[in-house]
Amino acid sequence: MLPFLWMISTSFKSRGALMTLPIEWIPKNPTFDAYIKVFTRFPFARAIGNSFFIAVSYTVLTILSSSMAAFAFAKIKFPFADGLFKVYLASMMIPVQVTLIPLFVIMNKLGLINTYTSVISPSLFRVFAIFLLVQTIKSIPDDYLDAAKIDGAGLFTTYRQVVMPLCIPTIATLCITTFMDSWNDYLWPLVMLTDRNYMTLPIALSTLNGQYATEYNVLMAGSLISMIPIIVVYIFAQKSFKGSLVSGGIKG
Amino acid sequence: MEKRKTGLKNQMSAVPFLLPSFIGLIIFSLLPIVISFFLSLTDWNGIDSLNLNVFLKDHFIGFQNYVKILTGGEFFRVLGNTLYFIVLYIPLMLIFSLLIAWLMNKNYKGVSLFRILTYIPVLSSWIAASLIWKWVLAPKFGIANNVLSIFGISGPAWLQSEQWAMPSIVLVSVWKDTGFFGLILLSGLQGIDKTYYEAAAIDGANSWQQFWKITLPLLSPSIFFVLIISLINSFQLFPQVMIMTDGGPNGATQVMVERIYKYGFKYYEMGYASAFSWLLFVIIFALTNLQMKMQKNWVHYGA
Repeated sequence: MLPFLWMISTSFKSRGALMTLPIEWIPKNPTFDAYIKVFTRFPFARAIGNSFFIAVSYTVLTILSSSMAAFAFAKIKFPFADGLFKVYLASMMIPVQVTLIPLFVIMNKLGLINTYTSVISPSLFRVFAIFLLVQTIKSIPDDYLDAAKIDGAGLFTTYRQVVMPLCIPTIATLCITTFMDSWNDYLWPLVMLTDRNYMTLPIALSTLNGQYATEYNVLMAGSLISMIPIIVVYIFAQKSFKGSLVSGGIKG
Repeated sequence: MEKRKTGLKNQMSAVPFLLPSFIGLIIFSLLPIVISFFLSLTDWNGIDSLNLNVFLKDHFIGFQNYVKILTGGEFFRVLGNTLYFIVLYIPLMLIFSLLIAWLMNKNYKGVSLFRILTYIPVLSSWIAASLIWKWVLAPKFGIANNVLSIFGISGPAWLQSEQWAMPSIVLVSVWKDTGFFGLILLSGLQGIDKTYYEAAAIDGANSWQQFWKITLPLLSPSIFFVLIISLINSFQLFPQVMIMTDGGPNGATQVMVERIYKYGFKYYEMGYASAFSWLLFVIIFALTNLQMKMQKNWVHYGA
């Protein structure tokens, strides 16, 4: 906890006050200098926008793609279903770091470096989300689906109007964890985004770290800003959040 | 319940539902792992054209990258750094997350505030956490050494000291991860049947004996899970190193992912980096399989 308070205190210091001994636990002359600097020296407002846009799109796409796949695996009979599901699960063992270089090559070929698409597109394939949703959808009694079928609903209508509403608790927890993963992700956007105008907050912060390595007031102000949205989400969603992380962990 | 799939039998009907994730599987998993292995057999620099004929003639070098990595000193030095990290990190992280789980399992005023506080490090990004600690550990003006000096201890130069850099990385990692693992252990603790303790108390067992004879064995599935996940994470150590030390001083905090990133994207030795990443894959693959095997053998499933 102390480091966290130290961050807040530092972010309100002037550059000179950083280098005083004995250290000032509470800044004697609090200023907003650092906050002004972080926004004027770097397109930081843009980075906040990028992070929001990317994290939201990433989450929406994850939910869509995963729930569709999960519906197929849980409720539709098709050849090789079990085998394919095993391939999906086995791919969880491949660490991101191994696919990094080939993916850079692929994205480069497609001209997608420094685009939102490159950062968002891995959301198409989130095995863990698929796995969790398969568990949920399997627990929906088949009678519900049969009833929908008798009423003349097609597969897509069944998916949208019967299955999805019943998955809302799982989807809610997945939304929060996926948003957080995307918001805080580092390695993948680091390789995909080199243009300042496309950077997400973690990449922006690490670039700032390279440029203003000694101006900790600026770095702390930036870090604090990057943490606020997640902490707000957490406090509001504490209950479901805790459950989701735990069940997520145990089943992963 | 009846184990029949619903009457949605049209074989093609699954295709549109599976398509997005299947494309994702091909692009982000299967294709890269194959390309990665192929690249690991070359000395490609990331710049020359990828035309297959030219490529095979100019760049194909067989297993030379692997030979170079396994006979050179660097790989084992980096592996040694990682093992040093693991030896310090895992026991510390386990002790603290057990402590946190135990504290959160009690009912007292302010437990929910305590929960939020221990959770702030988990919520923050690795970058923010690393920047905070880099400043906390600043030799002269950071709080760490200023607090130590109150007790008359003159603190080390932390990140700038070859000897203390890795322990500093361990420190930030423990700080960031403990809340998360604490929560997993807490859910394990909450799953233990209270009657075990009541029975033990009647038999006259003190709380220390209860901890060793009841809590620990019944918590072993959770502890084991935490162990394996943290072990796998340890091999993927990266952001904290990039932000806090950039692999230094004098290579003391160089680790596998940091090497892969540097070789691939700083020195443009894509072939060499790919070989390095395949060795990482093998390690992680082995650990995951170990997890599956061991889980059957020594973990005690009681509650």
